[in-house]
This record gives sequence, structure tokens and C-alpha cells, in this order.
Amino acid sequence: MIAALIHWLDERLHLEGLLAPFKHKTVPQHKMSYWYFFGGITLFLFMVQVLTGILLLLYYHPGANEAFESVQYIVTQVQFGWLIRSIHSWSANLMIFTAFAHMFSVLFLKAYRKPRELTWVTGVLLLFLVMGFGFSGYLLPWNTLAFFATTVGTQMAGQVPFIGHAMMIFLRGGPEVTGATLTRFFGFHVAVLPGIVTVLIGVHLFFVQRQGMSVPPKVEAEWKKDPSLVKEMKFFPNFALRELMAWYVGMGMLGGLAAMFPWNLGVKVDPFASAPAGIKPEWYFLFMYQALKLIPSKVLIFDGEVLGIVGCGIAATVWLLLPFFDTEKPSRRSHVITGLSVFALVFMIGMTIYGYLAN
Amino acid sequence: MSTGTDCPCQQQPTRRGFVGLFLGGGMLATFASFLYPVMRFFVPPTVADLGGDEVVAAKVGDLKENSGKIFKFGSRPGLLILEASGTYHAMSATCTHLGCTVQYKGDTHQVWCPCHNGTYDLNGRNVSGPPPEAIGCIRRAPARR
Repeated sequence: MIAALIHWLDERLHLEGLLAPFKHKTVPQHKMSYWYFFGGITLFLFMVQVLTGILLLLYYHPGANEAFESVQYIVTQVQFGWLIRSIHSWSANLMIFTAFAHMFSVLFLKAYRKPRELTWVTGVLLLFLVMGFGFSGYLLPWNTLAFFATTVGTQMAGQVPFIGHAMMIFLRGGPEVTGATLTRFFGFHVAVLPGIVTVLIGVHLFFVQRQGMSVPPKVEAEWKKDPSLVKEMKFFPNFALRELMAWYVGMGMLGGLAAMFPWNLGVKVDPFASAPAGIKPEWYFLFMYQALKLIPSKVLIFDGEVLGIVGCGIAATVWLLLPFFDTEKPSRRSHVITGLSVFALVFMIGMTIYGYLAN
Repeated sequence: MSTGTDCPCQQQPTRRGFVGLFLGGGMLATFASFLYPVMRFFVPPTVADLGGDEVVAAKVGDLKENSGKIFKFGSRPGLLILEASGTYHAMSATCTHLGCTVQYKGDTHQVWCPCHNGTYDLNGRNVSGPPPEAIGCIRRAPARR
């Protein structure tokens, strides 16, 4: 029956030509092939976010006097509201984790080399936007933790030289974090960011489809020397079914986590209460937060925090443009970059652990 | 290998087809199990809005004795009455007849609906006119400083 439907569409839209390349699509098979799943898992979790986000939109009220109560309503009154909300929160965290894992796997397997530079650039932009999703979404339940996390986060943005203050006012919708900030973050979270990210994902996937999967340098060299070693798997149906299975397992894990460790509601914002002791941002910002805390308040003539923010900015720019710093073939420079990548990973993990232990 | 059957259109089931059936059937069942909570989620709960369960109706001194005041209770109007004796009464201000907003009349010491001349006593009981049932009372918390 599905074949009949496809035939009906093909008669009118000539899909055969468009879909033909997919029939021949292959995925390289080697020791590191499992890392190929991480991009797809991130996409899957994004789709889960869109779906659960739309469901939450049916009942959420974006306003300082109603937001907390509406989330409370969702988790107490709406049928399976607790589950949908928990899935949304858990999937957000898992998605950021898989996005980082995907980025690091591409980094260490050097998949960003020519001709895939633009894929890397769109990917890093997507990573930044996904963290923006996390930052904006975190405020929406309007509880004390989110309120102070947003205050600190936007204040850090305000430290950027020259444009920082204007950025902070723009993000906050005013000099302080208020209901105006909530409304603004809501707009970013459900309209602006989804629009931009959907387009970027489309572009990112288009590049991947056009260029196929990259193979790590060592394997590439081996296969070039001896073409009989080349092992490939058909995408349809072999890899596609495996990917579907990975998504299925991911879905099961998500449901299990959401059900067994439901997300907290917290306490409604009281702007005149003091910040809770030991407050810290969500884990995916913790490494930055902890690193900034370690910088002394004055370094030579510069303000320590400003130096830290500028440092973060430089690191982010280098990250974004990394393929243009590296070489196509293994070289001394590519080894240096690998070393820096290891340092970056260890630094991030180390700072995150330190951040948890220190508080 | 399969032996020929009489009907030329009947294919012998293959192992692949059998496994495929299980795979497809399992995926469909899983999908259905996700659809159930989502469908239930769509149906709005009986409590249409948690507009807030406690409201400040008025401050002490707002009301003159033997007068009433309409206050916002979630998305509906409430009526707060201060008797001459100093007792407060709070009730829904929506007439049970056809939904008009009622008011307190100091001369008759009754709650009156201007739409069809229905009246209620200070406990919300329907006294005269078309209202078919009593008006709902709202619990008052003791006055707080």
C-alpha cells in the first residue's frame, strides 16, 4: 500500500530522481563507526523536544504571575503532564550531552577536515544555539534557581567589552531580570531559536547527505593503500534500521529517567529573597562558571571577569573556525590541535566535576 | 525451500518476513503506547484553570459597613459583603440563573441580580426570583495583618 502511495506521488512529482541517491547511500564501517550514531540521536532528541514543547505550550502561561502556577498545573492536574514535562527537561539535558559527544567525536575523528568545514561551522553554531535553548528554557518555570541562574548568566554576558551592557539589556528586557525577561526568553525559546535551528539543521543535514560520512585519517590511509579493506554498509535499510534501534533505546532511557527521576518544580520566584546558598548553573555551563570563579579579580590592569569572558569568546571563535586552522593531511599542526582538543575535553570535564565538588 | 501450493498468488512466508512482522508490529505497539499519554494530555482537566487558589479580596477598612465589593477570584467574580454587625461574607458573584454578576443591596440586606430580579440571602441561598440554586460560598481566611 505504501508502494502504491509512493508511486502516486512519483507520477506527479518525479521523486525517483530525488530519492535515487539515497538508495545508493552507504556508511563506512570501521572500529569507530559507533560514533556515527550521535548526530542522529541529537536530532531525535530535538524532535522529542519539539513535540513535548508543543504539548507544554497548550497549558503554559508566560507571565511572572502565572508561569510557575501553570507549570504546577501541568504537573498536578493535566493527565500525564508530569511525564511530558519531565521528558522535556530530561531530553533537554540529554540532547546537550549528545550534542557535545557528537562534537567531540567529530573533533577527535577529524571529520571537520576539507571538504567538511562548513558542516563543522553549522554544527558549532547549532551547539551554541542548543545551549541558548537550555538557558532560555530554564527560566520558564519561574522558580528561584532559574531566576538567579539567569541573573548571573546575563550579568556575565554584560561583561563583554563595549557591547556587553547593551547585550545584557537586550537579553533581560531591562536592567534587571523581571517578568519582561520571562516574556522575552519565552519568545526566544518557542519562536526565534526553533526557527533558526530548524534552518541550520536542514543546512547541516544537506551537507552531510551531499558529502557522505567522513572516515578517520588512519582508516582513510589504510583503505587508500588497500581498497579491498573498504567496508561499507547500505544506509537503507541496514544502517537506517540500526539508527532506528538506537533511537528506540534512547526513547526507552528517556522515558525511564523521566518516570523514575521526575523533574523538580522548585519554589516560585521571590525577587526580594536572597539567592539560595550554593547556587550554581546547570551542568552544561558549570565548567565556564567554575573557570571564571578561579580567575583573580584583577589581572595586571584588567578586570578578571572581563578577561575571562573575552577568553571564552576567543575560545568559542577558534572552536567555530577550527577547520581553517587544521591541515587536511596529518601534520605537526594537526597533532597540536589533537593535543589541544584533549586538553579542552579534560578541562571541561575537570571544571564540571570541580564545580560540583566545590559547592 | 517451499513446496508449490495450489494457489499461485500465495507466497510462502519467509524468515525475513516473519521477523519483519515482529519488528514492525513491535514498533507500532510502542508508538501506540506513546500516543496514549499524548492523547490524554490533550484533553483539558476538569479544573479549567489554576488561576490561583487564594486571593486578597480587600484590605481591612476598604469596605464600609453594610456594603459589598466585587473582587477577582481567578477568572471569575466574587462578592465580599461586610454586614453592619462586622461579619464578612464571601461568595461567588455569578448568578445561578443565567450568569449575570450580582450585587449587594444595603437597603434589603440581600444579594440581588439586576438581570431578572433574583435575590439571595447572606448565606447564598436563593430566596426569590428565577435562580434555581444557591450561589456558591467562598471560604475566608482570617484577616491577616
